[in-house]
Amino acid sequence: MSTESIGSDPGGPAPQATDPGRGHAREHGHGHDHIHPAPSHFLTKYVFSQDHKIIGIQFLFSGLIFFVLGGLLAMAIRWQLAWPWKPLPILGSALWSSPSLGYQMPPEFYNKLFTMHATIMIFFVIIPLLTGAFGNFLIPLMIGARDMAFPKLNMFSYWFMWPAFVLITYSFFVEGGSSEAGWTGYPILSIAKWATPGSLNGQTFWLMALLFAGVSSLMGSINYITTIVMLRAPGMRMFRMPMTVWAMFITAILQAFALPVLTSALIMQLLDRTAGTNFFSPVGWQVANSPPVVGGGGPLLWQHLFWFYSHPAVYIMILPAMGMVSDVIATFSRKPLFGYKPMVIAIAGIAGLGFIVWGHHMFQSGMNPALGATFMLSTMMIALPSAIKVFNWLGTMWGGRIQYTSAMLNAMAFVAMFIIGGLSGIFMAATPVDILIHDTYFIVGHIHYVLFGGSTFGIFAAIYYWYPKMFGRMMSERLGLIHFFLTFVFFNGTFFLMHIIGMHGHPRRIADPLVYEYLNRAGVIGMNQFMTINAFLLGLSQLIFAYNFLASLFLGPKAPVNPWHANTLEWGTSSPPPHYNFARIPTVYHPPYEYSVPGVEQDFLPQTEPLPPGIVLDPVMA
Amino acid sequence: MRYWSVVFALAAIFSVGAFVYAPLSGDWWLPNPSGDMHHSVSSFGREIDSLFVIILVITGVVFIGTQVVLVWEAYRFADRVDDAGRPVRQARYFHGSQRLEVIWTIIPAAILVFIALYQMGTWANIKFRSAAPKVQPTAEVTARQFQWIFRYPGPDRKLYTPDDLYTVNDFHFVKDRMTLINLRSSDVIHSFFLPHMRIKQDAVPGMIIPVWFDSDTAGHFELVCAELCGWGHYKMRGNVTVHASDEEFAKWQADLLAEQNRSQLSMATDNQGR
Repeated sequence: MSTESIGSDPGGPAPQATDPGRGHAREHGHGHDHIHPAPSHFLTKYVFSQDHKIIGIQFLFSGLIFFVLGGLLAMAIRWQLAWPWKPLPILGSALWSSPSLGYQMPPEFYNKLFTMHATIMIFFVIIPLLTGAFGNFLIPLMIGARDMAFPKLNMFSYWFMWPAFVLITYSFFVEGGSSEAGWTGYPILSIAKWATPGSLNGQTFWLMALLFAGVSSLMGSINYITTIVMLRAPGMRMFRMPMTVWAMFITAILQAFALPVLTSALIMQLLDRTAGTNFFSPVGWQVANSPPVVGGGGPLLWQHLFWFYSHPAVYIMILPAMGMVSDVIATFSRKPLFGYKPMVIAIAGIAGLGFIVWGHHMFQSGMNPALGATFMLSTMMIALPSAIKVFNWLGTMWGGRIQYTSAMLNAMAFVAMFIIGGLSGIFMAATPVDILIHDTYFIVGHIHYVLFGGSTFGIFAAIYYWYPKMFGRMMSERLGLIHFFLTFVFFNGTFFLMHIIGMHGHPRRIADPLVYEYLNRAGVIGMNQFMTINAFLLGLSQLIFAYNFLASLFLGPKAPVNPWHANTLEWGTSSPPPHYNFARIPTVYHPPYEYSVPGVEQDFLPQTEPLPPGIVLDPVMA
Repeated sequence: MRYWSVVFALAAIFSVGAFVYAPLSGDWWLPNPSGDMHHSVSSFGREIDSLFVIILVITGVVFIGTQVVLVWEAYRFADRVDDAGRPVRQARYFHGSQRLEVIWTIIPAAILVFIALYQMGTWANIKFRSAAPKVQPTAEVTARQFQWIFRYPGPDRKLYTPDDLYTVNDFHFVKDRMTLINLRSSDVIHSFFLPHMRIKQDAVPGMIIPVWFDSDTAGHFELVCAELCGWGHYKMRGNVTVHASDEEFAKWQADLLAEQNRSQLSMATDNQGR
């Protein structure tokens, strides 16, 4: 392909001087490009906004607020494990007014802690932050659209989170307290009202909250898919989209297919609890001297339905982070992303295989063990695309000119920690080894390396990277580096030894490990205390981030249009972007990762700039 | 700036160090009877332990390899500027390599398939119903909030007859025998976990699940509930006694029978007195 043809053919119809902004115009049924004025009223501008950027920021703030709550619950969990039945520092006497029991935490409260910690972190922090905040903010900007395909639906997707926020928060105060059946909500513990205090009313609130959160996600995912398919700027072919957009696109598809299954399962459990159906309850069980139940269902049905969503959900919680980290690593290595197409195929592969691995959560459940053997193979295979992605990130950095910004360091931590989370997954996929480590702290360590070491470092990287675009101000790099350093150190201190106590047989979800002799040994107790101290320091380190985030909103230096010298479209419009994103819909001339192209004066080449004459792109990408 | 590589190196050293130290310490390694660190007490346990070690070695090599590359890159390719403030090096411009992609797809795929196939046999031996030992069940185990109820065959050596014996949170079987139990739950899901024998099986209401295992060491062990089952989940603990011989087990059973008859007798007397 000659240079000239690249310059003049952006891959779609030839761009015209007055490009009509096709998707937008079609939606309105008129053929000229016009820009709606920004709403001027406070309510329509900031509260019930239909602007994807405001909605993204709304998701960002909501998610970060719940992050604080989820983190505090985690610290209370760690306290109990390190010093069982010692009253919580400061809070102990305020929460339980029973000096006779020494202000101890009741065991059912411990169960509430880990149930709500996981529920909040997964459904109210990670998913809303990754897809809600960054999906909303970035997708239209990165593909060169003025907004989402369905702005009103987008507004509803945020406001459907509010019933979920209210219900989950209120559930702490209902009779019996919040849910305590684990974030997996396994029946019969979750459906028998007297099985445990949290199953009295808290579980119903939990189910309702998840239903609303699910509806919100579904609205978002439909919007993302439509927007990405319909509203790309001229020249933005699918294989010219940044990895972030690819990851969000495939995540949205994953969500659209998996969520209905969870929704139906949640409704079935709700009916079991409130309408006397027996989807998940077999014949002849009884709880706490209740009369035996006339059943006909089975608890394993819930597990199949739940994990059919919730295993793909693990990828919903990591794929967008993978996409964003790919962008950050390429930008700060000043190099093209290594193996762009294999990366896209790997994401698609993870999504496809993600649907046939749910059974590995059920190896010890009583499911037919022959099924276990097939799920073992599919689970082993899903490690493969993850490995490909890791090698490609390492390949991207190779020969680069690595700039240690806060965003880059968090992205590198993502890679380093995701390797640990991925490799420990192989132990679980191996069915015989899973017999020992299933439901132990090994699993807890694994999931935290994926979801904190992975997703959360991904979220931090994304916040440091896109903050200037979101708020028009720069964050303090110095504070960012300190925050990264402390977070990285204390994160490893908190979670790594979980693998060790897990393989020593430490079960998860037990309020007091000292009940068991084989855990009542100096090594295990010492490790638990070490982890707890690290967890508290990890929590404290986040104050630096909170300060940096909030103070920079007002005091940070004004952000330039393109502070990182990146190529993708969002860096071509002002910081923060105007209501309509682009004064003129941009035209895209080449793939997003053309850094350090030989012969180009600067070390970056924005997607909107035609190739200078005489420059030939690498044939792999052309 | 390039010293950021040290931070990543330290994390990797800490991780590897923990797993290198683990086998040296009884508290850090796989569950073991005190004083006998590298020894699981059951034949399944030994198979699982060796699979664990194989996977640990494979993942350990991959881990060290990838971390070394990462740390090396973080050191070698850090951005540096000369005195004039210009970058010393230009980043290399390449988009990838088809050959490398193929290599690092095929090799991990082969390793993963190997791991999967290599352990199918062990899985089948431990869990497939067809592999269950052809013996009479030693006990029926019923889990309920928050205790383990054991029902043993009485003098007629048959389960589910009127002379069955019962214990709570007290499990007995004989050394060097493949022992079979029928696992049930009467309320919520529990999980029957023998850490020292590397056995775990959920007890599911509405299902009767056969579980089998052995032990080559007589002594006292623990039974754990591994599935969240309510507020008292943490204390759902059982004692496990592995008897050295059939005679010892028979004597324990005889004592239990005598004890049980005595309490039935006293219950009968109580009723007469009413």
